[in-house]
Amino acid sequence: MIETVASASMLIGEVMKVKKNHLAPDFPSGREKRLSIVSGLHGDEVSGQYICYEVIRRIKKNFEKLTGIVDVYPFINPLGLEAQNRYVPVFDTDMNTLFPGSTDGTVGEYTAALIVRDIVGSDICVDIHSSSIYMKEIPQVRINSDVAEEIEPYAKKMNTDVIWVHPSSTVMLGSLVYSLNEMGVKSMVVESGVALKIDYDYANQIVEGLFSLMTYMGIWNGESNHTHSPKIAGDKDVAYVNAESSGIFIPAIKHSDIVKKGDIIGNIVNVLTGSPEETVTAPRSGMVFSLREYPVIEEGSLVARIFGGTYE
Amino acid sequence: MNKESIYSMNTAYRGEYTIWGYQFGSGDKAACIVGSMRGNEFQQLYICSLLSKKLSELENRGAIVSGKQILLIPSLNYSSFNVGKKYWITDNSDINRSFPGNASGQATSRIAAAVMDKVTGYSYGIQFASFYMEGVFVPHVRMIETGKQSNSLANQFGLPYVLTSVPRAYDKATLNYNWQMRGTEAFSVYSKYTERIDEESAKQAVSSVLRFLTRMGIIRYNCHAGYISTILDEEELLNIKSEKSGGFFRRLVYPGDEVVRGDIIAHIVNPMTGENTAEIYAPTDGIIFFCQDTPMIYQNSVLFKMIRRLHN
Ligand SMILES: [Zn+2]
Repeated sequence: MIETVASASMLIGEVMKVKKNHLAPDFPSGREKRLSIVSGLHGDEVSGQYICYEVIRRIKKNFEKLTGIVDVYPFINPLGLEAQNRYVPVFDTDMNTLFPGSTDGTVGEYTAALIVRDIVGSDICVDIHSSSIYMKEIPQVRINSDVAEEIEPYAKKMNTDVIWVHPSSTVMLGSLVYSLNEMGVKSMVVESGVALKIDYDYANQIVEGLFSLMTYMGIWNGESNHTHSPKIAGDKDVAYVNAESSGIFIPAIKHSDIVKKGDIIGNIVNVLTGSPEETVTAPRSGMVFSLREYPVIEEGSLVARIFGGTYE
Repeated sequence: MNKESIYSMNTAYRGEYTIWGYQFGSGDKAACIVGSMRGNEFQQLYICSLLSKKLSELENRGAIVSGKQILLIPSLNYSSFNVGKKYWITDNSDINRSFPGNASGQATSRIAAAVMDKVTGYSYGIQFASFYMEGVFVPHVRMIETGKQSNSLANQFGLPYVLTSVPRAYDKATLNYNWQMRGTEAFSVYSKYTERIDEESAKQAVSSVLRFLTRMGIIRYNCHAGYISTILDEEELLNIKSEKSGGFFRRLVYPGDEVVRGDIIAHIVNPMTGENTAEIYAPTDGIIFFCQDTPMIYQNSVLFKMIRRLHN
């Protein structure tokens, strides 16, 4: 059943609407577990569009296998998606800083408040992202250490390669998952691929993860294929590689390659002089789970993240 | 006046990017003033230019108290002005959401870390800030309630209002919050406008800072007494929204205006028919503190914030 979660008249002639597809058994007992799947928070991240489509399609195909509630919110920042804008258009703010929202603010805060209100009551929420235009990411769940213990069993079902447990000091206070966790909804972020594109292999991997999660929650009796078991990355396991010069980054490796400490990750070159500015090397051994996708680099730009830990 | 480099980095196409600070007087780190961090903060930058000239004159006249040093950093973000963006030129990140920063992180984080390093240790910190909503304010000093803020000191600016606010999620990544946490008495001064120059309120902001510096014994300057500030909790402000519709926003009152309960304070006009689709009323007696400054508005967004009149 399609429902409108938030709506507001825009400046002229159109109405902004955030919608969800409420999928529930025909004769619910009222004690069903509930999973909320959210995507399209950042308007330039489109993988979630396919993931939501595929999840809904597969549930509808085997509807009798559904024994709980799945609420799918494919586009919570609809104007951003239309305008290819990561942020909330006009206000130019990152929606993921506006939660839990407010009904006394901008249209972004208003929408955020109504979305949170609607999701509260879910047992689990998965917020599907697909990185930024700058970095390509391996399928990963991101959770904060202060809630990791509770959420990890669910995160492990998501069929990703990595679960990255962030230290609680880096918690994003205005984010959707932070707000929901504060309100008692176990929530996690899934990242994969790169913005503006759909990586179908990665996306299908996450779709399988969502069905595995549903099976684990006891709300799905149908097929689910758990093909990946995640490696868990703590704070110490992840090395950030930042550029110390500017220019164009030419990678020497491929995304998700295993590298040894000292291996060349790529070169930063000066397009005017035709000479190299910097050779970027791996500060530790491990798997390159994030790699620069957008080639223009400034001093400080993130070039790669390496997951040591069990890959070392 | 001494020009000093606050932070310098190389960029791919803009050459060396150096943030400059200007020192007046010498000795103890008495006061530090920071201007625009976003590329639309024209008024904030303008105020800094006026202040720079004034402080230079005072220094030449020997009117900066000996043993006291003032640091003025007019802007941290020249590039966003130069390309017509609000946020950081390469990745849209917000410097005033990057504090306390990380010296080995991405560019805005490095800038924040370098600035934090330079501005820590000053007794008083003043920032010319802008609100996340585009609009017009009654000039005021804003303080985040960190438990370390001093409302009585904020009165020394002699602006009509001092606004205190509970820190929101994103406040913790601002300069003001981190300044306070590191022992500086930090104040955010809000002028009337952001994106356009308003001479009168710019001069008012300059006078308020000179008044404060005089009262703190940092400069010798003959200034008017200013206002006796009214201290307000942000929670006490009344938000007035357009709940019925979006459209043209025809304001009938402006910040500073007194209104009586039931006054019509704005019309919302349908852009197709020219008809009033909604009338916005003052819900109580009081003074308009903030109003949106856009030609058109969305439904359910805040148009005005007002101060309730206190009936004694
Ligand atoms: Zn995202």
